[in-house]
Amino acid sequence: MKIELLPVVKCEQLTATVFALHLRSSYISDIIQPGQFINIKVQTGNYPLLRRPFSVARTHRDVITIIFDIVGEGTRILSEKRPGDTVDVLGPLGHSFTLPSAGTRPVLVAGGLGMAPMPLLTQNLKANGFSNIETFLGARSKQFLVDYELTNVKYATDDGSAGHHGTVISLLDEWLENNSHNELSIYACGPNPMLRGLQELLRVYSLSGEISLECVMACGIGICQGCPVESVNSTGRYRLVCNEGPVFDIHSVMIQ
Amino acid sequence: MTQVQTEFKLGSMRCRNRVWVASGTFGYGDECLDLVDVNKIGAIVTKSLSMKPRDGNPPPRVVETTGGMINSIGLANIGVDRFLEEKAPFLKTLDTAVIVNIAASTIEEYRAVLERIEAAECCHAYEINVSCPNVKEGGLSFGTNVRMTAEITRELRPLTGKPIIIKLTPNVTSVSEFARAVEDEGADAVSLINTLVGMSVDVKTRRPKISTTTGGLSGPAIKPVALAKVYETVKSVSIPVIGIGGITSVNDALEFLITGAEVVEIGTANYINPNVAVEIAEGIELFCREQNIENAADIIGTLQTDQTISVVKSWM
Repeated sequence: MKIELLPVVKCEQLTATVFALHLRSSYISDIIQPGQFINIKVQTGNYPLLRRPFSVARTHRDVITIIFDIVGEGTRILSEKRPGDTVDVLGPLGHSFTLPSAGTRPVLVAGGLGMAPMPLLTQNLKANGFSNIETFLGARSKQFLVDYELTNVKYATDDGSAGHHGTVISLLDEWLENNSHNELSIYACGPNPMLRGLQELLRVYSLSGEISLECVMACGIGICQGCPVESVNSTGRYRLVCNEGPVFDIHSVMIQ
Repeated sequence: MTQVQTEFKLGSMRCRNRVWVASGTFGYGDECLDLVDVNKIGAIVTKSLSMKPRDGNPPPRVVETTGGMINSIGLANIGVDRFLEEKAPFLKTLDTAVIVNIAASTIEEYRAVLERIEAAECCHAYEINVSCPNVKEGGLSFGTNVRMTAEITRELRPLTGKPIIIKLTPNVTSVSEFARAVEDEGADAVSLINTLVGMSVDVKTRRPKISTTTGGLSGPAIKPVALAKVYETVKSVSIPVIGIGGITSVNDALEFLITGAEVVEIGTANYINPNVAVEIAEGIELFCREQNIENAADIIGTLQTDQTISVVKSWM
């Protein structure tokens, strides 16, 4: 990991409130693995004070991309970045998804902006010869579906405005009923209620999987101890999302 | 002028400079080796250690507030056994001062932890945390009781020849009363301030933003409070005062030194830039060179209070 001032290449608006920010870093683009994140100080000075964590969504040559929704001041400021600006970035951080062994079928499950780490995972899977990727993407409504650089996507919306009418978990349930469960590698990211639903579903089907957790963080590197997740099998009660995650075995954590 | 003297001595401990990293904001020194040359830090104060490992408080543990953050970590730490096994060997290899911070629930536990660390010869000084606001037993209940704070100091003093620093809480009426009490019991220095009790509420859910409702406020927001507490304390004790609270820049650190702090500790700012203590130490050296000051000690306690306060240009 390093702290770098990265030049902004482009800030691309994907939906009314979702942006893709492209930053130049050959250091990060060379070594980043899917599921890892970067911690961004959105501007100099004491406001906002702390860095904000973002999954790296994609790399292209020496450019890395993050995808975010404007949910507060930090993301609003980031959405206003333009070429010529620089952004203070600490990364890459955290543990990545484990790539599947040959012959397995990758299944990607994302809710809302939980899609953020999925394009890089897709990119990586394809580069490793996996052409049979299944992607399940859910959101409240059509306008919140962000399928940027995803492949073979099945959609679900809570209000039925696009794709399956219901949650992405019920869509996945339907698919699992009608497809072989042999050799599936399941990867997921999204809001905690969705991940809890997935945990239940995979328990029913006796399947494993990996999830990337979102959490408020201060440092992102394990020194502040600010981002615990309750663990079912570690020696202590908690594990840290930042440096022991953000990717965990879905059955190893208690999702709040 | 060739070389600025930056060294600081406290009893048997020698520090390269007067900028330390505060307990709980730098782990055990081995987490950020990619980002910092730790030997350029004046001293590393470890995460608080208790006898047994502590899981800490449930999430959420941190929330940002205006110019600061509230934390409620609850002294999560690996305990003495794992510390001695996993961290102490690394800390011994460092070419900088190491200060072990001790937190405990009882006086007996404070004694026991200090004795274990002392026997292992793995640090240069102790900082005693009597002021954590986030644990029910011990913590603040010691630190807000002047008699208990004095008693802890008295009990620990005979156990080591190394410097003992008592870390004080601002959550009392008169912090200098506590400083005087521990000075009388033989403490070598006091460090202040620990976090201020703070709170933040989510108006949509009407719930507190951290799991323990209130937590410890730190960051730039508390710096003026910290400076005032340091000012109050330096006037009433003759042992060194170590200034802590919201320091993020060279300028902030200089304010504390001018006010009379012998040393500063950097806390929350490490979360944003783990190299900030090194940068501040270098900045102080540069300030001295520019001002023709031969020894950084010559800045300390140079606060001018006898003149009309001028309008500060930088305010505009």
